[in-house]
Amino acid sequence: MSEERLEAAPVTPIWKLFTAFMRVGAFTFGGGYAMLPMLERECVEKTGWVTHDELLDYFAIGQCTPGVIAVNTATFVGKKQRGFWGALAATAGVVLPSFLIITLLTALLSNFAEVTWVRYALRGIRVAVGVLILNTVIKLVREKIKDAAGYILCVLAFLLVALPQTLKLGFKISPVFVVIGAALVGAARCFFAERGGRK
Amino acid sequence: MSLILTLVLEFFKIGLFAAGGGLATLPFLTELADKYPWLTSEMIGRMVALSESTPGPLGINMATYAGFMAGANTFGSPFAGALTALTATVSLVAPSFIVILIVSRVLEKFKNSRYVKAIFGSLRPAVAGLIAAAAWTVISATLFNFSAATVGEAFLLPEIALFAVMLVITNLKPLKKLHPLVFIGFAAAAGVAMGYAFGW
Repeated sequence: MSEERLEAAPVTPIWKLFTAFMRVGAFTFGGGYAMLPMLERECVEKTGWVTHDELLDYFAIGQCTPGVIAVNTATFVGKKQRGFWGALAATAGVVLPSFLIITLLTALLSNFAEVTWVRYALRGIRVAVGVLILNTVIKLVREKIKDAAGYILCVLAFLLVALPQTLKLGFKISPVFVVIGAALVGAARCFFAERGGRK
Repeated sequence: MSLILTLVLEFFKIGLFAAGGGLATLPFLTELADKYPWLTSEMIGRMVALSESTPGPLGINMATYAGFMAGANTFGSPFAGALTALTATVSLVAPSFIVILIVSRVLEKFKNSRYVKAIFGSLRPAVAGLIAAAAWTVISATLFNFSAATVGEAFLLPEIALFAVMLVITNLKPLKKLHPLVFIGFAAAAGVAMGYAFGW
């Protein structure tokens, strides 16, 4: 999926996969797409383990495959870098902070979510999460969408998911269907392009 | 022992069938609360609150919490809770780990196929749209109160102000390259300060 890897990259140490994903797990609030800014920083910009395109591909696949998207992405990146053990290290890294934090808080401080300063801090953090995702979206749209068809797909995907939810239309369109729909569009374009080429 | 086995089976099942992450696991966990004595619907409420107030993927946080409750309430010990929490978490993660290993092998094989390239070519803009929708969900829920009685109350001004400030500072040339967690920390501090100053 990426064409821009020319020289042989040095082998990534397994512990680096573990610690990078531990940072992702320890500092993302909300999970899912809220992780994207952190993943971009740790896996694309800082290390070049994967490209922006690959990260988007993993998200698309994660949307249609079972499980938590964070785990899916960690497994993909780890596998690509260091095979099975890399996948295991990255996955363990992304899960470990959650496991430790929840276990400790549940055992020692079960009313953590009701503590006043925690609630205040979270109201701030939620704003930051929104800003960070918005910045990522703007960057993605600017860098990754190259033609009119891309813009149409992007806007359509946005409206299909955001509109029913915002206007409280009483139904929801699952992102899974959007992903499947877009995949079909891609396959159809390829099919007709090939047929057109043959004539 | 039978509790461990129950947890392995139940959470493996959740991990296998809850596609799309995080909140998709919630209906399954509610079902667990109906089925077993160690999880109650009150705990589910607390579980969501705690999972949303702590870092990490929502699905993992919730599985750890439910798993902890299973051991702690059955054996009355937090150490049993830690063990069952680990069991539940690992079981939840296992299916997606296995599925992705397989998918990634298949993808590696076909990545030069014209069809696969075309499919991902169309998927990427669509995923960008999905991420935009997720951004909109987070932002609208943070800045506006849709159930407010009056139009004036619908705008959460402290949040809107902080949003505007952060949008500017995260895009300033010298600050742009800072790690996202710096901004998360800044916003947390601003939240605490504003909370105590204005009584949010």
